[in-house]
Amino acid sequence: MSDIVILGAGLAGLTVAESLRAEGHDGAITLVGDELHGPYHRPPLSKGYLLGATLEAQLNMRAAEAYAKKGIVLKTGISATAIDRAGKRVAMSDGSTLAYDGLALCTGSRLRPLPLPGADWQGVHGLRSLDDSRAIAAELKTADNVVVIGGGFIGLEVAAAAKKQGKRVTVLEAADRLMARVVAPLISQFYFDLHAGHGVDVVLGAMVSELVGRDGHITAVRTKDGREFPADLLIVGIGIIPNAELAQAAGIETNGGIVVDACSRTDDPAIVAAGDCTARRLDDGTLRRLESVQNATEQGKSAAAALLGKARPFTATPWFWSDQYDVKLQMVGLTAGFDQVVTRGDPTTRKFSALYYRDGKLIAIDSLNQPAEHMTGRKLLDTGISPTQQQAADTATNLNSLVA
Amino acid sequence: MPFVTFIEPGGNSVQIDVATGWSLMQAATTSGVNGIEAACGGSCACATCHCYVEGPAAAHLYPPADDEKSMLQTVAARQNPNSRLSCQIVMSPELEGLIVRIAEVQS
Repeated sequence: MSDIVILGAGLAGLTVAESLRAEGHDGAITLVGDELHGPYHRPPLSKGYLLGATLEAQLNMRAAEAYAKKGIVLKTGISATAIDRAGKRVAMSDGSTLAYDGLALCTGSRLRPLPLPGADWQGVHGLRSLDDSRAIAAELKTADNVVVIGGGFIGLEVAAAAKKQGKRVTVLEAADRLMARVVAPLISQFYFDLHAGHGVDVVLGAMVSELVGRDGHITAVRTKDGREFPADLLIVGIGIIPNAELAQAAGIETNGGIVVDACSRTDDPAIVAAGDCTARRLDDGTLRRLESVQNATEQGKSAAAALLGKARPFTATPWFWSDQYDVKLQMVGLTAGFDQVVTRGDPTTRKFSALYYRDGKLIAIDSLNQPAEHMTGRKLLDTGISPTQQQAADTATNLNSLVA
Repeated sequence: MPFVTFIEPGGNSVQIDVATGWSLMQAATTSGVNGIEAACGGSCACATCHCYVEGPAAAHLYPPADDEKSMLQTVAARQNPNSRLSCQIVMSPELEGLIVRIAEVQS
């Protein structure tokens, strides 16, 4: 395949581009992004960037010379409007067309909107892009009352950053515990206590019913039980929606995301997809969506290989992380369906792990402030080694020795 | 700006000016130096920016903190006494001329 077009200039798109070169592809590579910025690091947007600890220049993934050096043509501020699969051409928003021999869809995701009147008022923000984070950082300087809707990673990271700047912070979570989709109740409780200890008002079971505003600016959030929370800055962190419409309109199989196999291949042999926009079909036929840095890089590498006719399946166990205050939470494996959790270490020391089991087999590990234990956990899960629950609970047992 | 010499896997050597306050990982990846994955973006969480520090300027490095020490035990390539994670080394004027040999494998 000589000419490769990559739609989406995030981490997945950049990984496809650079992996193609690393794999020896010497044809043209065009990387297209709809934002005005080239590829940038998103993880700091809800953490260090809000605090001023990470500079905007440090978010930028590559300098212009790096693209030139690798022969990657970066086009920003432009998006695709249609894919002509028969003619192998992409129609672009500026009226131009891009011909391709191989096409990578790395179109990412967008914020799930809050379905309430007032969601477009000033002072109401989601957080996904650099522009979102810039706006939040600017308004944080003058805000007194910050309300966060959604007690997931993004919401809690922003809450921690706002609290560090001395704001009154309220987190409204609809479920009965924090990060409920991902972690066990004991981890949820740990984070509830962590935030409460820093003075954040965490409200569980909070059903948001109404936004209150004046002159087009948010002033408060009301919940179904009649409570009202003053807000001059409202952050909505209720999830994302994969950008699969372009693929769907072109007749590529989609199902809550662009359907790909383990090697990032779609049902069109000339088209691959990687990152947030995908839904991967597993061996048992079920679909799995991941929204993570690892997924973007691993699928990006697989997608590049696939465009060059090579099979490079993404086999590693999924991992994620979240930084809140001085606690680093690292997760490996998917906790869905766990029936037992073993605590390793003492939660009061803020250094401990939770090991999740299903039918007696280890399926996931959450580690707090224990990066080496997390790395050991990855090796255990990647190799399918399952420590007994007695070994897991006993900190004198070196789990790394089970791998070696 | 003080300069640092990165040696990519395979032996290619690249000299780069690194702004004070930037990590070596940031400077190298931004400039398109090959061989560093930095999958976690520099939060000392993945051990895929492993390098070996060499040259007289290495004497001016702060020793690794506990987090970095424990992560260094998990690197994919051989761990040597001069192994470091390049995301944890922040540039300062006295590090001028540092030689940073990037590990051959990161994951």
